[in-house]
Parts: sequence; C-alpha cells; structure tokens
Amino acid sequence: MAEAVVVVALLLVAGAATAAVVNRDPVRQALVLSVLGTALAVLFTVDQAPDVGLSQLAVGSALTPLLIMLAVRKVKRRPAETGEDGEE
Amino acid sequence: MHVLPYLTAAYVFVVGCYGLATSRNLIHAVGCLAVCQSATYVLLLAVGYRDGGTAPVFSDLRPGSRPVADPVVQALTLTDIVVGATVTALLLALVVQISKRHGTVDPDELRELRG
Amino acid sequence: MNPRARLWLVAIGGAGLAALLAAACLRLPRFGGGHHPYGDRAVRAALSRHTANTIASVNFDQRAFDTMGEMAILFAAVLGCVVLLRQARDEHRGRPRPAEVAAPVRRYALAVLPVALVTGLYVVAHGQLSPGGGFQGGVVAATALHLMYLGADYAALERVRPLEAFEAGDALAASAYLVLGLAGVLAGTGFLANALLPYGTFNTLSSAGTVPLLNAAIGMEVACAVVVLLARFLDQAVEIEEESGK
Repeated sequence: MAEAVVVVALLLVAGAATAAVVNRDPVRQALVLSVLGTALAVLFTVDQAPDVGLSQLAVGSALTPLLIMLAVRKVKRRPAETGEDGEE
Repeated sequence: MHVLPYLTAAYVFVVGCYGLATSRNLIHAVGCLAVCQSATYVLLLAVGYRDGGTAPVFSDLRPGSRPVADPVVQALTLTDIVVGATVTALLLALVVQISKRHGTVDPDELRELRG
Repeated sequence: MNPRARLWLVAIGGAGLAALLAAACLRLPRFGGGHHPYGDRAVRAALSRHTANTIASVNFDQRAFDTMGEMAILFAAVLGCVVLLRQARDEHRGRPRPAEVAAPVRRYALAVLPVALVTGLYVVAHGQLSPGGGFQGGVVAATALHLMYLGADYAALERVRPLEAFEAGDALAASAYLVLGLAGVLAGTGFLANALLPYGTFNTLSSAGTVPLLNAAIGMEVACAVVVLLARFLDQAVEIEEESGK
C-alpha cells in the first residue's frame, strides 16, 4: 500500500519534470515548477521524510517560482524599449 | 519496483540536462537546472527509505519500536533545498544583469555578440 | 559549432549518461532495504543527546560544521544577489502606483498573514522536537511577510519590512552561529561540539543542548536571507527603471 503511493508520487514527479522542461515559456515553466515542487513535497512525505517535504513545499512551490516570475517581469520590460516586441 | 525510484531520479536528471542544453532562454535554463537539482533529492531520499519504517522523529514514537528512515540523507537534502534556492536566486540575478547589459537572454544571441 | 552538431553531441552524451546512470541504479542497494549503518548510528547518537528530531540532531549537532558551510554558501549567494541587483548609476527609481486589490483577496491575505507568520516561527522553535527547523520555518515566515504585497501593495510591504534591519539580521545570525561554535572552543570542548549546555529532558523545548540555539540562528539567517532576496528582486521588477535611450 505504502509502495503504491510512492510509485504514484514518483510518476507524478517524472511527469511534472518533463512538463517543466518542455514548456519553453519561462512564465508557464514557473507555474509547472510550482506543480513539480508540490509533487516533490508529496513524494518526500510518503518517502518517510516530512522534514524535507515541508522544506520543499515552502521553497519549491512558492519561493523558486516567485523568483522566476520576478526575473521574467524584469527582463520582459526591456524589449519594449529597444522596439523588438512586447507591450507598448 | 526496487529500482524504480532510482531510475526516476536518473530520468529527471537527464531530462533536466536535455532542457539545459537546448534552452533558448537563460531563465528557462535556470528552471531546468532546478529540475536537475530535484533529481538529486529524489535519489538521496530513495536511498534512505526503509520498508515498514517511519520518519526519524521521536516526539510521538517510542525509540526502538519501529524501524526509521535514514536521517543522514534527509538532513543533507533538507539543507540543500533551501541553500539551492538561494543559489537559483543568484543565477537569476546574473540573468537579470546579462539582460541589462546585452539586451537579450538567448544564449545563442549572446554568443554572437561575443564575436 | 552549428546548432545541429551541438544537438547531436548532446544526444550522444545524454545517451551515454543515461546508460551509465541506469547501470548504476541496478547495482544500488535495494529500495527500502534495512541496511543503514550511518542512519542507525545517527539515530543512536541523537537519542543519547535527548534530541527527538534526529534530522535536527544531524544538522545542528553531528554535522554542525557542515551546516556552517551551507550557511556560508547561503550568505554568499545573498551577498552576490545584493551586489548584482543594486541600483546602477544609469537607473532611477519610479514610485509604483498604489494598487487596487479585490476585497476578498485583501481580506484573505491579511487574515492568513499572521497565521502563516506564527506557523513559521512555531516550525523554527520546535525544530528539535517535530518535523521542522530553522531552514523550513525561516522560509515560511519570510514568504508569509510577502502576503502583504498580495493583500495591500508594495508601499505597505515596504513599511512592514525595514530592509536595513533584515540585512543586519542576516549578518547577525551568521555571526551568532560562529560565536556559538567558538563558545565551545573557549569552554574547552571543541568547535560546535554539543557539550556546552545540559541535554535537558527528552522531548521538551529546552532539550538537546545547543541544537535549539543553532537552529534559531539558522532560522533567523534563512528568514532574513529570503526577505532580502525577494526585496532585491521586487525592487528590480517593480521600482527600478532604466533611463530610456540608455
């Protein structure tokens, strides 16, 4: 029973990791990364490591995606000035 | 079943590497690096797992009553998750700085600028 | 190198790496096996020092020196971010407009903020007893503070977050960890050796000797580091603008 949960969590992690790599747009990638972070937190918790699960939940599902979003927002502001594309 | 967690870790690592190598956007590359990093966590915790065991926390568990998972690998993973996030932040700061100086975050365009 | 050749090179290298990793996986000890020599010794050492959470014992007692290294990486990474994301000479600061927030979002964020903050501090304080500790609690408490940005606006966040104080707190926490280690040297036991304080009663807040103190130092360090990091990124994303025309 416990092993079945671990297998499901592992497949979830593998799927989310693939999706995070395949999504080339950083904003969408950040969202998928937060899904991956949550899946990892679930996997760690069923892997007998609630400590690590808690850490992963806080960092992986909130902090890292937030930092990526902020970096995207900063970088995206530039092309508008140089006139390549983006919002005017 | 007995190698599936290890193989998953290997798969996640290789997928992250593939993303890193083919990325056209440095921010996306940093995200792929985070994926690679998470593969190491999956591997470490899989090594520490124990059949029929529980978390190595004895606040509500009589010592010796049940087998517990390996706390050493868990401690290694735990510190690295938080420290890894700050290193990701440092990489993103570098990307922001690159985009300011060169006006692009595409690694191929950056190589052409270098000449 | 043209992109096509590079892709081939990646494919060959990746296939080789995958084959080697798969071969290594097949030779690893069985998943879920019972042979954990280091784990068993770590559990025994933790119990002998009255630490209920074995992971906290590994982090802040048995491998406290290693954690100091991790803390140094964290500190250096934050320092690097602060230097890289400072306001350059050709940039100016635009005041962000006060934002309109939907009332339910505002109510929800402001209600959850104190709960999340207290949860973070609780997780730090009970690090030596239950799952949790300075690393996790610090991140939770620091991100909780940023619900202010969701619930109100950037100016409100800046009011509840005096950045200088957090930068000083970051350095203070790092040095507190060092000082606790040096205290062991002065007392004649050894750097970061957990022999300064009595081990106390098992499973109480004041058990485990210096573990709760080192844990609190790390909690403060991580919380301050995350606040400083997010502040720098928010500054860049929201406030700092480059001069047009460069």
